[in-house]
Amino acid sequence: MDTQGANASPPARTFRLGDFLRDQLRNIAPFITLLFLVIFFSLASPSFATLDNLENILQQVSVTAIIAVGLTFVILTAEIDLSVAAVANATAIVLTFFTLQPDYVNIANLPMAGPIAIILTLFACCGLGLITAFGVTRIGIPSFIMTLAMMQIGAGISAVLVRGQIAYSVPSLILTLGSKSIGGVPWIIIVAAIFLLVAHLVLTYTRFGRYVYMVGGNREAAEYSGVNVRFIVGAVMVISAMCSGVAGMLGVAYFGSAQQNEFDTFLLDAIAAVVVGGTSLFGGRGGIGNTIVGLFVLGVLNNGLDYVKIDSFLKILIRGVILLIALIVNIYAERLRTARTAGKGA
Amino acid sequence: MASALLELTGVSKSFGGVQALRDVDFTLLAGEIHGLAGENGAGKSTLMKIIAGAHGADEGQMKINGQPVRFRSSRDALAAGIGMVHQELSVAPELSVAENVFLGAQPVNRLGIVAWRDMARAAAEQLKNLGLDIDPRARLGDFPIGVQQLVELSRVLFSGARIIILDEPTSALSPPEIERLFSVLSKVKASGRSIVFISHFLDDILKISDEITIFRNGRKVATTPVTAAIDKAWIIERMIGLGREELEESYLGEIRLDSRPEAPVVLATKGLTLAPAYREVSFEARAGEVLGVYGFMGCGQLELARTLFGRLRADHGVMEIAGRPMTLANTTAGKRAGIAYVAESRRAMLFSEEPVFKNVSIAILERLSRWLLKPDRERVIAQAQVKSLDIRPPHIEARLGGLSGGNQQKVALAKWLTHPPRILLLAEPTRGMDVGAKEDVVKIVRALRDQGIAVIVFSTEPETVLSLADRVLVMRKGEIAHEFASEAISKDRLLAAA
Repeated sequence: MDTQGANASPPARTFRLGDFLRDQLRNIAPFITLLFLVIFFSLASPSFATLDNLENILQQVSVTAIIAVGLTFVILTAEIDLSVAAVANATAIVLTFFTLQPDYVNIANLPMAGPIAIILTLFACCGLGLITAFGVTRIGIPSFIMTLAMMQIGAGISAVLVRGQIAYSVPSLILTLGSKSIGGVPWIIIVAAIFLLVAHLVLTYTRFGRYVYMVGGNREAAEYSGVNVRFIVGAVMVISAMCSGVAGMLGVAYFGSAQQNEFDTFLLDAIAAVVVGGTSLFGGRGGIGNTIVGLFVLGVLNNGLDYVKIDSFLKILIRGVILLIALIVNIYAERLRTARTAGKGA
Repeated sequence: MASALLELTGVSKSFGGVQALRDVDFTLLAGEIHGLAGENGAGKSTLMKIIAGAHGADEGQMKINGQPVRFRSSRDALAAGIGMVHQELSVAPELSVAENVFLGAQPVNRLGIVAWRDMARAAAEQLKNLGLDIDPRARLGDFPIGVQQLVELSRVLFSGARIIILDEPTSALSPPEIERLFSVLSKVKASGRSIVFISHFLDDILKISDEITIFRNGRKVATTPVTAAIDKAWIIERMIGLGREELEESYLGEIRLDSRPEAPVVLATKGLTLAPAYREVSFEARAGEVLGVYGFMGCGQLELARTLFGRLRADHGVMEIAGRPMTLANTTAGKRAGIAYVAESRRAMLFSEEPVFKNVSIAILERLSRWLLKPDRERVIAQAQVKSLDIRPPHIEARLGGLSGGNQQKVALAKWLTHPPRILLLAEPTRGMDVGAKEDVVKIVRALRDQGIAVIVFSTEPETVLSLADRVLVMRKGEIAHEFASEAISKDRLLAAA
């Protein structure tokens, strides 16, 4: 009865390589980039492709990974969180505020028992996330601007609490997870892996995860389907703040100290990991699998550049160029898809 | 006899196989107001877009003052003295009145700096000539829509237009504002310029026009000077045609409405108001009845539909569901109250990148489980819906964006049908569909009604309302203007009421 419908079916059945590649560009491109980088650095330096160095890489990206988990949720809903690094930093410093510091550290200090300090700190970063969520969903401030403000607030909390000093002590649980190993595997890698795994399961197998994708895919349609879009957007902002907070706490232990501006590079790294991995900046496409590939690309790049003789200042430029290329691929992947949809759809 | 300012002969235009205009002649005299009437899609807008340079004609000729012209863009048309004021105003509400009058052509001094004082003075003078005495430095957005429209009109006039096309200029205006617009138009006419006046509001056309042209199915069916013998009924008769060549001939005759006053009221509103979209809307919807809400574009019905689903919040007024007053905070609350909504645009309803089954299940996920998804259950449900609604291709894994428009519309319906709602709101349910798909939708809606669901159909297309409704409300400029219940109704009566 409906001839148009009949015409639309063949492409769904027959396999076309061109269409497949176009659809999968966002997934394939990061993988090829990773492969290329690994081959390049392996040829450039014999000590690059070793098991020890793999552990190095994993350890180096772990803090970024935990931040990137939260950011993946945010970007999937087509929002952005620029406050991740500042929230991580603030949370790290709040944790040291609640932990007894050595005498020679002259900062504000309100010592608590370890578990209580951790719980209070988690409440604090959850609070920051709730403020962001409120600003974005209730007041209607675009997340780009709201989290820019939260970035400054996070930096402010850090500044006020440490006053240019450096804090060292954290509760023993955090010290273990951030800097110790079990059976030769650093705990921080295990924690990052658990975060990635749980996030993947949530996004793939839960109702909440489906809503995250649908809100990102078409916010209006989600709303007209009775999905509570505000709740979903608010929730991902809180998830992002919590992930950043955990990353910040472990980061203190990993780095051995907490100070102002310690996490500044993590904002760009975390966004880069998510976007380089191929999660769409327009929301609705991508996921934790993409973020993992993105983390590897970033980790291999940062680590590999140490193995080849290169001006360390040039590394910053190279990372910027890689990010730009990833953004271009991201946008093109989206455009190719929509062009195909427009060609065939209604 | 005035001379022909604009003359079109043998103009035809088609869009992808659809013939929008066939061999149309049109003459506009200097210093006249020429009304255009016709249903949606009759060709009047296409003709005006050709005149204003937005479309090129496939065939035919256009002459201004006897000189053949050919426009490649609306800029060309404006340079030749043709300006258009669209129904959706293109004013900048944040800028001042004067800036709006001179938008894109601010006077500058020798240094290239905007001459604010000259601009304000010229704008005030210009507006005064039109009978509008307002402060040119005030923010335009603070004025009512009728003033904003006159400011846009004065911009078009000021840019030197001799021919002004007004598309639905009265649809958002109150009666006194219409009076003022008409007095302005008379002044413009007296200055020797010509106006084309497109409107669904036939009373307005009759009141202001010197001459009327009526379109039907891409053809010009009549051009006549307005005399005492020309009335609304005369125009409607020609708009919908007495011949039998039309497809939907069944709607030309009378249809017996079969409302059910004894059925329980499921949804009732009292004095529902959302300014400026609609005011004091009170009605009742009954179980097992299809209520049609008909009105021209911009009459407030879509905003009303969104309010009923919890997407918009009314300023005041009461909404009762099954006798209980309800305030819907968001669409989730609407869904929980047993309301389903199918929006007028499929883009607003569907996830084109996702497979069909996810589109079907999105609205009922919370019924399947609290935390974990049940993809197998989703697929079974989607498969059942695809089968019962005859969605093609029948693949639940197919990407939704690959389906035809009619099939996408069925998916948009399907997502509400697994757990039938108490109240189903349908906005433009058959827009842009072929005849077969329309019939399918009619069948589906009737079946839902017979299950006892209260269905409300919101449409700007008379055929849609007539083919579905058991009772009809007509909305005009944000108010319910008429109700047809348990009586004979026909397209001409429906049009006359709107």
